[in-house]
Amino acid sequence: MYGNDFSGEDAPGGLLGEVEAAEAALRAAAERDRGAPGQDVDLAAYFAEVIDADQKIEPRDWMPEAYRRTLIRQIAQHAHSEIIGMQPEGNWISRAPSLKRKAILLAKVQDEAGHGLYLYAAAETLGISRDELVELLLEGRQKYSSIFNYPTLTWADVGAIGWLVDGAAIVNQVPLCRCSYGPYARAMIRVCKEESFHQRQGYEILHMLAHGTPAQKAMAQDALDRWWYPSLAMFGPPDGDSTHSAQSMAWKIKRFSNDELRQRFVDMCVGQAEVLGLTIPDPDLRWNDERQAYDFTQPDYAELMRVISGDGPCNRLRMEHRRRAHTEGAWVREAAAAYAAKQASKEKVAA
Amino acid sequence: MSGPFDFTLALGDDALIAAQRLAEWTTRAPEMEEDIALANIALDQLGAARLLLSYAGELEGAGRDEDALAYLRDDREFRNCLLVELPNGDFAVTMAKLLVLSAYQLPLYTALAGCADERLAAIGAKTRKESAYHLDHAALWVRRLGDGTEESHRRMQAGIDQVWPYAQELFAAQPQAPVDPASLRADFDATVSAVLAEATLTVPDSAWAPAGGRDGLHTEHLSYLLAEMQVLHRAHPGARW
Repeated sequence: MYGNDFSGEDAPGGLLGEVEAAEAALRAAAERDRGAPGQDVDLAAYFAEVIDADQKIEPRDWMPEAYRRTLIRQIAQHAHSEIIGMQPEGNWISRAPSLKRKAILLAKVQDEAGHGLYLYAAAETLGISRDELVELLLEGRQKYSSIFNYPTLTWADVGAIGWLVDGAAIVNQVPLCRCSYGPYARAMIRVCKEESFHQRQGYEILHMLAHGTPAQKAMAQDALDRWWYPSLAMFGPPDGDSTHSAQSMAWKIKRFSNDELRQRFVDMCVGQAEVLGLTIPDPDLRWNDERQAYDFTQPDYAELMRVISGDGPCNRLRMEHRRRAHTEGAWVREAAAAYAAKQASKEKVAA
Repeated sequence: MSGPFDFTLALGDDALIAAQRLAEWTTRAPEMEEDIALANIALDQLGAARLLLSYAGELEGAGRDEDALAYLRDDREFRNCLLVELPNGDFAVTMAKLLVLSAYQLPLYTALAGCADERLAAIGAKTRKESAYHLDHAALWVRRLGDGTEESHRRMQAGIDQVWPYAQELFAAQPQAPVDPASLRADFDATVSAVLAEATLTVPDSAWAPAGGRDGLHTEHLSYLLAEMQVLHRAHPGARW
């Protein structure tokens, strides 16, 4: 899961339908493959042509340095978000209230590790190694989605993360399935399908709570109260303040603006909250007939900036946890490398 | 303890407590691939626990389902072996625990697959395949760590030394049980000693044989593990999740 912040019950025809349409478009684009450009072709012109024709740039293709750097930054931040994002939910695996919920949550957190690996592999096609990217994360030189700097205080938070955070991530990621860079687009198609499953599970957790005992319902409402605005902030600063957007749109890395995606998310959530019987904590939320969309209160962008810059409730905790796991695992990785080297030299002797 | 209920409950508790410990590694593993592998093994153990505890509840006939058995018993009522409740320690200790557990569960589940009780036979047929993978994974790491660096060798030997005494309890004779664990000992010894030899590790020589798990006499660790596992479920009596 991933937001745009620094850089349920979805109808099957809706977002998942868009993922499938993107997949079909990707296959069609592959069939129109023009092969590698000839010797005397203007590489920059070729690049622009591919982008214009909605075809995919592949690792073998020439690309502007800035395009490469933008993609590395974005894909790496996405990968880091998956890895750091395991922590807030992982926090409840040991205390999951039934064995079924424990199994589902464990599998979900495992999926996120898988997404992280898949995305690091996509970034590696741009000529940077996973080890380098992990180093950038641990040194604090690359960021992850700031939503994971909020704590999971109750079981209902696990549901709220699934419904709202994964929901926002899907809204954000579905257009990335049409991203101009082939390996990222393909990664997003796969990730979106799994995220959609996660979102349903989160929604189901909240649905059980909202229709459970009064204490359970209160737990669900409290989680919605705390996660609503941070989830809206996942789409990043308002369009006027977004630093990377215009160029990314031109390169077809990004397809919709932060505010467009945020609106789409709000419009999606209102009906889902009604089904849950929970109240979105926004007194100004109302349908606007003229815009054919909901008016809503913007999240506190000053708070978003504080969290991004390192002063959220859990920034230090999340980074310390990741660094400790990395440091404490060093002797294991060294042993694996030493063992592999011994095996290789034994094979050499045998040959 | 040797009736079908006690036997099934004990195997279910082994798997449940092993799953709870393995899941503690999530987000903490030495590398990302290993995070995924440990979660996989934890999920397998949890899946086996759910099948076994559900069946134990049916055998008991008192209306207890998997969650009633997992969340509403105290440590004196748990029947798991001591091995699985021991803290994870470092990665070498965890791999030593997994090696011993899977080298016991593989022949156990394999024998179960051929036993007269159809439900247990079906569970054994499913779980033995998973145990074979767990054993492969543990054996690979024990070899890597044992024959890796000086430090990993020292840690792996220390892990085996720490865990080894707890293997005794697994093979206490239960002549009336659907599978008598005493009959699995030779298979276990052959498997483990081959792995340790390849890993340049020595089989510990210890006369100490802690036991009691099958009678509900646990280490001090289990009560803490259960306190964490059960806290939310118990805070909302009768709630559905």
